[in-house]
This record gives sequence, C-alpha cells and structure tokens, in this order.
Amino acid sequence: MQKKNGNTNSLDRKFRLSEFLSEYIIKTVAFSSFAIIILIFVFVFKEAAPIFFPKEKKAETSQFLQSETYGEEPGTEQPENSLELYSSYTPSHDVASFKNLTGKNWQPVGEEPKYGVLPLIIGSLKVTVLAILFGAPIAILAAIFSALFAPKGLREIIKPIIELLASFPSVVIGFFALVTLATVLQNIFGYSYRLNAFVGGLAMALAVIPIVYTVTEDALTAIPKYMSEASLALGATKWQTALFVVMPAATPGIFAALLLGFGRAFGETMIVLMATGNAPLSTFNIFEPVRTMSATIGAEMAEVVFGDTHYTVLFFIGASLFVVTFAINAIAEFYVRTKLMKRFRGE
Amino acid sequence: MRMDLQTEIIVENLNLYYGKKKALNNVSLSIPENKVTALIGPSGCGKSTFLRTLNRMNDLIEGVKIEGTVLFDDRNIYDNSVDVVELRKRIGMIFQKSNPFPKSIYENVAFGPKINGVSNKSQLDEIVEQSLIRSALWDEVKDDLNKSGLALSGGQQQRLCIARALAVNPEVLLMDEPASALDPISTTKIEDLIYELKKKYTIIIVTHNMQQAARVSDFTAFFYMGDLIEFTDTRKMFTAPDLKQTEDYIRGRFG
Ligand SMILES: Nc1ncnc2c1ncn2[C@@H]1O[C@H](COP(=O)(O)OP(=O)(O)O)[C@@H](O)[C@H]1O
Ligand SMILES: [Mg+2]
Repeated sequence: MQKKNGNTNSLDRKFRLSEFLSEYIIKTVAFSSFAIIILIFVFVFKEAAPIFFPKEKKAETSQFLQSETYGEEPGTEQPENSLELYSSYTPSHDVASFKNLTGKNWQPVGEEPKYGVLPLIIGSLKVTVLAILFGAPIAILAAIFSALFAPKGLREIIKPIIELLASFPSVVIGFFALVTLATVLQNIFGYSYRLNAFVGGLAMALAVIPIVYTVTEDALTAIPKYMSEASLALGATKWQTALFVVMPAATPGIFAALLLGFGRAFGETMIVLMATGNAPLSTFNIFEPVRTMSATIGAEMAEVVFGDTHYTVLFFIGASLFVVTFAINAIAEFYVRTKLMKRFRGE
Repeated sequence: MRMDLQTEIIVENLNLYYGKKKALNNVSLSIPENKVTALIGPSGCGKSTFLRTLNRMNDLIEGVKIEGTVLFDDRNIYDNSVDVVELRKRIGMIFQKSNPFPKSIYENVAFGPKINGVSNKSQLDEIVEQSLIRSALWDEVKDDLNKSGLALSGGQQQRLCIARALAVNPEVLLMDEPASALDPISTTKIEDLIYELKKKYTIIIVTHNMQQAARVSDFTAFFYMGDLIEFTDTRKMFTAPDLKQTEDYIRGRFG
C-alpha cells in the first residue's frame, strides 16, 4: 500500500467546473423544454377560453378570405348558404358559445356563420377508426411474426424497415394518397367522390402501422421466454403458443399500442387535409368526403382574424384535440404499467 | 444395468454443439421405464442440455447442432418424420424456475387438454382435479381454482407446473432442478411427489443436490464437461462408484 500524500488525497470537497457546468446546462435545457410545453398548454387553452365565458360581441366588420378547399367543394351539400358564403358580413349571431358549437353545420364564413363541430368530430372519428381498422391487423400480425416466428436475422431486417415508415413525413404519405391511392381506389371501388374518408383512412393506416407495430412488438418480446417454453413443452404448436399464451399475456401492451395508434391518427393533420376532400358532412358513409378537426385547424387557422369567434372556435377544437390525445396517451401509459405489473405479480 | 428392466429411452452417441462449442460429447445411455434417473455433475457440465435433447427443446435455440440418435418408442426422435409437437406431449418437462401462465390455476392445468381439443367442461373439470390430486396440490387449492397461478407460493407454483404437465398425460417427465429454488419443506413435498409419480411415469431429474439424488433416484448419471462419466444404480453410485473421478466429485459434494 502506498503512503497517503496529505495534499493530493485530501478529502476536501473539490470544485469541478466541467461537472458543474454540464449538470447546470442539462438541468436548464430539461426545465425549459418542460416550461415550453406548459406554456403551449396555457396559450391554447387561453385562446379557447372565450367559449366558456361567452359575451355578446360588438358588431365588427372584417374581410374574410375565401376559404380554401381541397378536392370537393364543401358548400355543395348546403345549397341555401352557398351564395352568402363568400361575402363579407357583420356578424350578429357570431358568438362563441357551447350552443353554437353543437350545430350540425360547419360554415364559419358567411352571413350567418355556423360553428357546429359535429361534422368535424364525425370526420375525425371516421378517419381514425378506418385507419385503425386497416392498420392495426396488419401491424399486429407483422409484430407477431417478427417477435415470435421470424429467425433473428430476418427480424433484424423487418423491424427497422417497418419503423422507418414512422419517419416518413406525413405530407409525403398525403401526397401519395392524393395522387396515386385515390385514383387507384376509385377505379377499384367506383365510388363518386375521389377524395373521401376511405382514402384518408387507408393513407392514415400507413402512419398508424409503425406505431402499433413497434409497441406491440415490444409488448410481445417483453413476455418472458420461459412462458412460451412452458407452452411448447406441453405440446402446443408455435401458433397456439402465440395465440393462447403470449398474446393474452401481452394484451395490456397491445391495447396500449392501439390507443397510441388512435391518438396518432386523431391528431394527424397533413394526411387528412390532402386525402379526405375536406367537406364537413355529417354522414357515416365512408365513401363521402369528410373534414377532420385537425384538418379544419390546418386549413382555416391561417386566414382567421385574430381574436375573432372563428379564431376562438378553432382554438377550442385544438384544445379538444389536445385533451383527447393527451388522455389517450395517459391511459395507454397508465394501463400498461399497472396491468402488466399486476398480472406478473399474480394479483 | 439389470436386464429385467424395460427401457424407455435409448440415447446413442449423442453430440451437441452450441455453434462451435461442443456441449455434449458422445453420450450413450439407456433410461429405464418407471424409474427415476438422476443427472448430476458440476454446473455447466451439460445436464440441462442433455435433458432438453430428450424432448427437443434445444430446437428452439438458434445455432444448435445435434448428432446421434435418441430412440423413444422405437423411433429416433431426431428423424425428420417425427412430429415435435406430438413428442412433447408424450415427454413433458418441468423447469427449474416455476413458470405458471398468468392465468387462473384452473386455466393453467386445463391449458394442455384444451389445445389438444378437449372442450367438454365436465371432462376438463375431471382432468384438472385428477392432475391436481396427482401433483398433491388439490387440497390446498380446490377452493380457489380461479385464483391466479402466480398468486401461489413458490412450492405450490412448482406443483402447479407438475399438474399442468400431467394433464396432457405424458409418459416421461423431465425435471430440471425442480426444487432448487424452493425451501426445505416444499422440497420434501416435491421429493415425495416424485416418489409417487414414478409408479406411473418415467422420470429424469437434474439435481445439484447429492442428498436429493440419493433420496429420490434409482439410477444416477454423472456428467463432467459434456461427457457421461458414469451411469449406474444410485446405491452403487453413492457407495462404491467404479471411477475415482465420480467418487471424488460425490465425496466433495457431500463434504
Ligand atoms: N443457449 C446456449 N447457448 C450457448 N451455450 C450454451 C447454451 N446453454 C448452455 N450452454 C453451454 O453449454 C454448457 C452446458 O450447459 P448446461 O447444460 O446448462 O449445464 P448444466 O445444466 O449442467 O449446468 C455450458 O458450458 C453452457 O455455457
Ligand atoms: Mg442446468
């Protein structure tokens, strides 16, 4: 053993500048990103607040721009309003309130603006549900294959490729849907509107697949190997093992995957803006154009008057989207944590 | 080996490689029917590997290569024409770490029969009850069959796994250190159970516990670094083994 040198080996606390600085910087960055999220929260909800505190507005003239549409003309279903649609006006019923929001028509621009968000909610749900219906089975089957059946080498090819799909810009998927998918599908199914919920849902499935796949794959591979060994040793086939042992044990994770996929599709803007035709119709026919909540914000936010009712309503829609996706993500997270833990502790 | 015994499994010139690494070296032995055969030897000598070759669980590991023959029911189980799924129904396995499914006690035991196509409720009830009785767990769980199998104690979980294996009506039971993670009382229960089970099943058990091998087994095989060193009557093995190497190991372990 070496003799201790009193100077260099003293136990006095030392100041290490680089340690101090890096810790400080990391802390600052972490807290500012947290703060930014909070600020966005506050801003969105503050802008939507007048909905909850309606007051009669003074007449106010404002020049509205012609509302932009993609594909089908949104006004065609409501001919009685189509003339007034583009004229400037003095709003009289133009008050942001719950009563105005529950209507069946979304015509924010016109003599008598209507802010019924029902068609937008229907639109969002329609596209999202379609996306899950198309995407989830593919994603889950792919996950089962790569997690439980594929040899290691093949799995290492499949997984990154499917996950690569997640990094596709959604405008690319939207463009593909608008230009190619829409035509192909119309030729196959022969429906009358080229852009509609069906096309949007199918395109959105491309965005949903990687999320559902990744989370499901992780859930399946997280099931301990001894579980499937027990099943195989009992003379179960690989499929029986996957179906009756691994999948049930992984249900919380698969459920979370579906929720996350749902949240992704619900908030996605660009794909639906490009592929759904954007007509705010209140129908359940999947071959008719729809307009989603997110696409409405995307299309109209740039042309509203700051502080206007229309502006407030758009923020209200944004806040609702925010709450829904936040809740879905939170449920997914919470559900997996608690359920999975409980299950493996035998409660 | 005495000649009046029926042979259940005959292993001939078995070699096993994990990739380039040889884990079993030219192993040959005959496992007698309705007896308990213990596999002993230092850790890493290939006991588990050997056990898993008998129901082809090593097939699941990538890069495993197997040479030689394992005869069961007059068939080489490594022959292409043999159905692994059917083989595993007849040669069941109990693992070192008890591994019930995250399902109810009832569903755990009913799993095997169900995948074999038994769907009649009263028939399933009967199989579940019989299996739990034979694994000496029935009295402890008969009132809460719907409780999760994972809520049981370690010893009970292991007996549940035995019941689950018995429910598919195997002929051979492979046990890989089934009591190594259990307390002494649970271990005694498992040992008593093995003694009961050998009346009906051929049992092959890996154990690192010499006393346990001496207590429960009729024959003992001593492995060392992938070689089968000695295989003989358990009483002889623990009193007068033929080889000095065996004697040294056993004496060292009894210490
Ligand atoms: N899956 C595997 N891949 C590679 N080597 C393995 C694997 N399983 C076991 N081995 C090796 O084979 C040898 C025998 O292992 P094992 O049969 O588990 O021994 P035991 O059960 O007697 O302790 C050991 O050297 C071990 O490292
Ligand atoms: Mg072992």
